[in-house]
Amino acid sequence: MANQVDTNRRRFLIAATGAAGGVAATAVALPFIGSMLPSERAKAAGAPIEVDVSKIEPGAMITEEWRGKPVWIVNRTQEMLDALAKNNDNLSDPMLQVTSQQPDYCNNPDRSIKANMLVLVGICTHLGCSPSPKLQPGNDMGADWTGGFFCPCHGSKFDLAGRVFKGSPAPVNLVVPPHKYVTDGLLVVGVDAQGEA
Amino acid sequence: MGKYMTSVLGWVDQRFPLTSNLKAHLTEYYAPKNFNFWYFFGSLALLVLVLQILTGIFLTMNYKPDADLAFASVEYIMRDVSWGWLIRYMHSTGASMFFVVVYLHMFRGLIYGSYRNPRELIWLFGVGIFLVLMGEAFFGYLLPWGQMSYWGAQVIINLFASIPLIGPDVALWLRGDYTVSDATLNRFFAFHVIALPLVLLGLVVAHIIALHEVGSNNPDGVEIKKHKDPVTHIPLDGIPFHPYYTVKDIVGVTVFLMVFSAVLFFAPEMGGYFLEANNFIPADPLKTPAHIAPVWYFTPYYSILRAVPPIMNSQFPGVAAMGLSVVIFALLPWLDRSPVKSIRYRGNLYKSWLAAFVVSFIVLGYLGTKPSNVWGTFGADVAIVGGADVATVVARIFTLVYFLFFVLMPWYSSRDKTKAVPERVTA
Amino acid sequence: MKFAEMKQLGMLCGLLLALWQPLAGVASEAEVHLDRAPIDASNQASLQRGARVFVNYCLNCHSAAYMRYNRLVDIGLTEAQIKDNLVLTGAKVGDTMKVVMPAKDAKAWFGAQPPDLTVEARARGADWLYTYLRGFYRDSARPTGWNNTVYDKVAMPHVLWELQGQQVLKTELKRDAHGHETEVKQLVLDKPGKISPAEYDATIADLVNYMVFMSEPSKGKRLQLGVIVLLFLGLMFIVSYYLKKEFWKDVH
Repeated sequence: MANQVDTNRRRFLIAATGAAGGVAATAVALPFIGSMLPSERAKAAGAPIEVDVSKIEPGAMITEEWRGKPVWIVNRTQEMLDALAKNNDNLSDPMLQVTSQQPDYCNNPDRSIKANMLVLVGICTHLGCSPSPKLQPGNDMGADWTGGFFCPCHGSKFDLAGRVFKGSPAPVNLVVPPHKYVTDGLLVVGVDAQGEA
Repeated sequence: MGKYMTSVLGWVDQRFPLTSNLKAHLTEYYAPKNFNFWYFFGSLALLVLVLQILTGIFLTMNYKPDADLAFASVEYIMRDVSWGWLIRYMHSTGASMFFVVVYLHMFRGLIYGSYRNPRELIWLFGVGIFLVLMGEAFFGYLLPWGQMSYWGAQVIINLFASIPLIGPDVALWLRGDYTVSDATLNRFFAFHVIALPLVLLGLVVAHIIALHEVGSNNPDGVEIKKHKDPVTHIPLDGIPFHPYYTVKDIVGVTVFLMVFSAVLFFAPEMGGYFLEANNFIPADPLKTPAHIAPVWYFTPYYSILRAVPPIMNSQFPGVAAMGLSVVIFALLPWLDRSPVKSIRYRGNLYKSWLAAFVVSFIVLGYLGTKPSNVWGTFGADVAIVGGADVATVVARIFTLVYFLFFVLMPWYSSRDKTKAVPERVTA
Repeated sequence: MKFAEMKQLGMLCGLLLALWQPLAGVASEAEVHLDRAPIDASNQASLQRGARVFVNYCLNCHSAAYMRYNRLVDIGLTEAQIKDNLVLTGAKVGDTMKVVMPAKDAKAWFGAQPPDLTVEARARGADWLYTYLRGFYRDSARPTGWNNTVYDKVAMPHVLWELQGQQVLKTELKRDAHGHETEVKQLVLDKPGKISPAEYDATIADLVNYMVFMSEPSKGKRLQLGVIVLLFLGLMFIVSYYLKKEFWKDVH
């Protein structure tokens, strides 16, 4: 009996059936995995938001909600912008080498499209708390504080371009979300020239 | 690589009987070599069980067991969840296909006498699985919270209300409210997704352990353990389950999946038998659909319920007959007195009764999907049955045949002219 | 022996087939003759016209609360087109088709809250909808002044009457060869509408086509995927069949 067995043929057929079974199992697994991604309802709720930024006073900040997260929009004054460069030596990544933290069009010293208008996702890159705005220089943040954000959870500090200070537990700069201006005063967060985020 | 595997296996085997279990249940479980296509349905039932559990888990991720949200959450799954429609159709098609394979599996047991000594316990576990499966189907059917879900549950729960003395209280307790409501939906969800699946899994394990203890029956109904190789003690007519029946079952599984996919992708409603049109209307406690019928797999028993006339204004006889028509299967091992097991060696008497039973089952099943006036009424001038619905009279006759198949079995199975059973299995 | 058992199964299947009759549609109104809806799911122009009729006429009182506007990209529209032409309520394209009319008002006006129409086509069937929407006629006995051949004493007035015009139900006595008289009821167009009867039928066909699409937007994908899956399983069958045959050489 055994000497009649064509082992090569058997091996081939086992491999072929195994491969087909593997393809089948993968093809079944994919929809199940896919079903756990955000649904159409979640996507609709997380659609881009329109914000009127024309009424933000210089030096003031507003907070909007996009995909359930706070988005900060700060209308920075010229003094605030001038102060940014002073911090460079104390920052972890002043030159924005971690490019995933902002879109290409914000890879500039101000981290923004319009120099004065800072748009940030207000979620600390450490463990996801929302930092508190400390926009004014000095005060309780110490004499050399030029304005920025302070995370109450583990003490991470960011400047007014969302760049993280050395010594903070947060590893990288705050995220600048994809955004664009439809008109001069109308900002859309969550979509840019490349399409929706 | 091979050496490494062996040492890992050795490490495991010292701590867990892996190799010995694989041997006992697969590579050295000797199954008769003459299984025919009827023997596919056991492994197919296991496959569908796995599919139902898997799709069920993913459905619970998005389903909401709340009377205000349930219907919408099902449509949410069908539309907004990516691939949700596929998972839901797999589950709804799987429910019906589960009964298809289980009915064929039971019929296999019936024709080859698989319930006979020494396999009575396998059969009893099997009947238990069947009962739990019916419960699963019933509880699960309420969850989409459509009109058929709602009124189906309402009618079935009210069957319990006809039990003398305690009935109404039992029905109230089952619902947890004065009508089928959010409370009912929530507890049915609990039964459907956790309580019954646990029992079902336990029974399936018991079913298989019992089977592997005594060994499989076969289309000839002869015991392969009677003739063993004197040296190896392997049954002469047995072959190891793995690889022979694993490769064979892969073919069966593939064919089954083709049928399954054809329904799932091209006719998920199956003309209203698998998904009923009325169930796309949200449950409305104030309005009963004009024609309500259970899903097809319950209709033979539903027909029996309708066929039995009320006695002293009580629905209970019908309800009792319906319950009996299901549990009576458990008595088969003791009702069958034939000297042979397989239909191959039975005489015409048994075969005729079996044929009558199959016809009754199917006709009752068909009538259960229809209103009782489907075949019109007898004219008033007809003797005895004048004025009665034709379908009701037919259902009564077939209900009688259904029960006589069991009740008379001790008589006709022993009196049957059987053929000689061979010593060894035939090819 | 094996063959005889195959024959048994064949007979069983035959019996089942003989009893097979689809349960589709609603049995209660089954006595009314339903016209076959001339719809075509692959005709995107028809679906788009139907969507437009739906949002213009139906959506005023009925919701389609499980249907998202942006799902209409599946019938060949862009999000901008949907937003500009089909979203009439100020909703976003990602929103579902909600109704403007408050539920309370609806109940006061119609006696019943108009049902959600998302899956109506699956509950009623295309033919029922097609016949129903063409079956309105003038009936002074009804509070709305309208009745329907398919849905007797319907609460909904004939919303599309300006398009169709007004029908009346004429009852005629017909005498057959044996002198038996039978009542034959027929819809007759009494006052013509803005469009011809043929155009009206085509408009309703578009609307029903759309409602069938809306009741199961994933149907197209389902049918496509089904073909691929069956082809794959066919291949799998061939491979596994030869595998089985190869191993069973040992047994035979």
